Amino acid sequence: MRWYRWLAVVPAIGMLGGVPFANRVTPYVLGLPFLLFWVTAWVVLTSVIMWIIYVLDRAREPRGERERP
Amino acid sequence: MNPALLLIGISFFAALALGIRARRGHAMTLEQWSVGGRGFGTVLVFVLMAGEIYTTFTFLGGSGWAYGKGAPAFYILCYGTLAYGMSYFLLPVIWRYANAHALVSQADFFVRKYESEALGVIVSLVSVAAMIPYLVLQLKGLGIIVSEASVGAISAGPAVWAGSVVLVIYVVVSGVRGSAWTAVLKDILILAVALVLGIYLPAQLHGGYGAMFADINRAHPGFLILPRTGMSPAWFISTVVLTALGFYMWPHTFGSCYTARNENVFRRNAVVMPLYQLVLLFVFFTGFAALLEVPGLTGTSVDLSLLRVTEHAFGPWMLGVVGAAGLLTALVPGSMLLMSACTILSKNVYAKLTPREIPEARVTRLARALVPVVALVSVLLTLRGGSTLVLLLLAAYNVVTQLFPALMLCLPNRPIATRQGAIAGILAGEATVAALTLTGATMGSLFPSWPPVITDLNVGIIAMLVNVVVLFVVSGLTGRPHRSLQTSP
Repeated sequence: MRWYRWLAVVPAIGMLGGVPFANRVTPYVLGLPFLLFWVTAWVVLTSVIMWIIYVLDRAREPRGERERP
Repeated sequence: MNPALLLIGISFFAALALGIRARRGHAMTLEQWSVGGRGFGTVLVFVLMAGEIYTTFTFLGGSGWAYGKGAPAFYILCYGTLAYGMSYFLLPVIWRYANAHALVSQADFFVRKYESEALGVIVSLVSVAAMIPYLVLQLKGLGIIVSEASVGAISAGPAVWAGSVVLVIYVVVSGVRGSAWTAVLKDILILAVALVLGIYLPAQLHGGYGAMFADINRAHPGFLILPRTGMSPAWFISTVVLTALGFYMWPHTFGSCYTARNENVFRRNAVVMPLYQLVLLFVFFTGFAALLEVPGLTGTSVDLSLLRVTEHAFGPWMLGVVGAAGLLTALVPGSMLLMSACTILSKNVYAKLTPREIPEARVTRLARALVPVVALVSVLLTLRGGSTLVLLLLAAYNVVTQLFPALMLCLPNRPIATRQGAIAGILAGEATVAALTLTGATMGSLFPSWPPVITDLNVGIIAMLVNVVVLFVVSGLTGRPHRSLQTSP
């Protein structure tokens, strides 16, 4: 098992697990009510985390097996 | 003719022309018609998958719920994001197996994995049952767009008929290639429209996002957070989880993942697609801006809020542009749904239930002949009315999510469930969904004395639990999985 792949569960825990605590209007961040900011931030972080997994996965693959886009 | 209807008409003919052009030079076998010959590259697959995801639901339903319900609408932003994360691991496994066995449909996957034609027919019927409300949703969206663009000259009923005729013509003419090229056009338009509306309206009407949300919070306290009961955090979390699990269970989404050239396409998509979700923010902003600008829409008419505020702030030309984008967001997924439903009924139900061999040309002909029939059924259901776009989608998701346990348990080389277990689980889950839907039960009505954390949960959880329990019990009773399943790749 590639340990870093467990990172993929972080967005689910952060986004959903945080909802009961982030369920508030203030402080406004970037003009957004806090709850909307919270879920939006996790959308962006999901992309970042999946990118990290992707890069680590690619690094482990033998060069010859890499496919061209 | 008013400018809005004119623009919408032009966009329809542009979509049709793209469809005819894309079709030229391709022999139309069933595989060509529904999987596009497996030759799509990264960009086209990206657009195609985005095309299915950005439907009338997100466009009109998303803004409608932001307008009508406030914070609970944020769930729409979450479930897709989590599903993309899951897709990184799920889709390559499905794609590899499908590609190795030249599978065309989602049902083929279950048939092959569980070696059960009966399961294939059940999965097919379940998926068609789930696609109908989803198709109704698109038709409803088309009807809303046409009737709003005509400023009431065409009422909703005739508009739905007009919209579905448009959809049928489009599907019969173009097949999946048409969907892909129109998806390119649609994605550019929807992105432009969402950004223009989501940036301009709050700035113009309120002087920025911060000011807009402060205004809303003052006028409607509590609107920007989840309520303590009802659509509470417990509802939010359970709905996001159930919907995310169902996300790739749609036969058209499942089937379109077969079109990728290689499995890396999915890994890259899993990185990029969550960012694409951010377009939804601008859809929400438009709904919130409409709340104070065109107040008073209630019930199912909250779905009109985006078009109303556009007309109010910009006039008929812009309404035409937005309507055109809206038309395409209904046509692309609508055509995909209609086509999948007909292909499934013809190939995975009719042909399987007929004892003798049927030539492929006849299966293709039947699929085409079914297009107007399925459309007609959907129109009749649409005209019965009664639900907002979001509620229609949630109902459809409850049906389709029931396929998730059986799919997950057949992915390993040694499947964990038996075919009897998979069949029993799906049937028990769907029976529960039907019973809950027909009685209108909620967790609150089933367990009235339990705390809100439980009673606010999405009632779909019950069906999922029944499904999983039955699946494991029956699998346990029917013993080891079939021997040849263990050796399949």
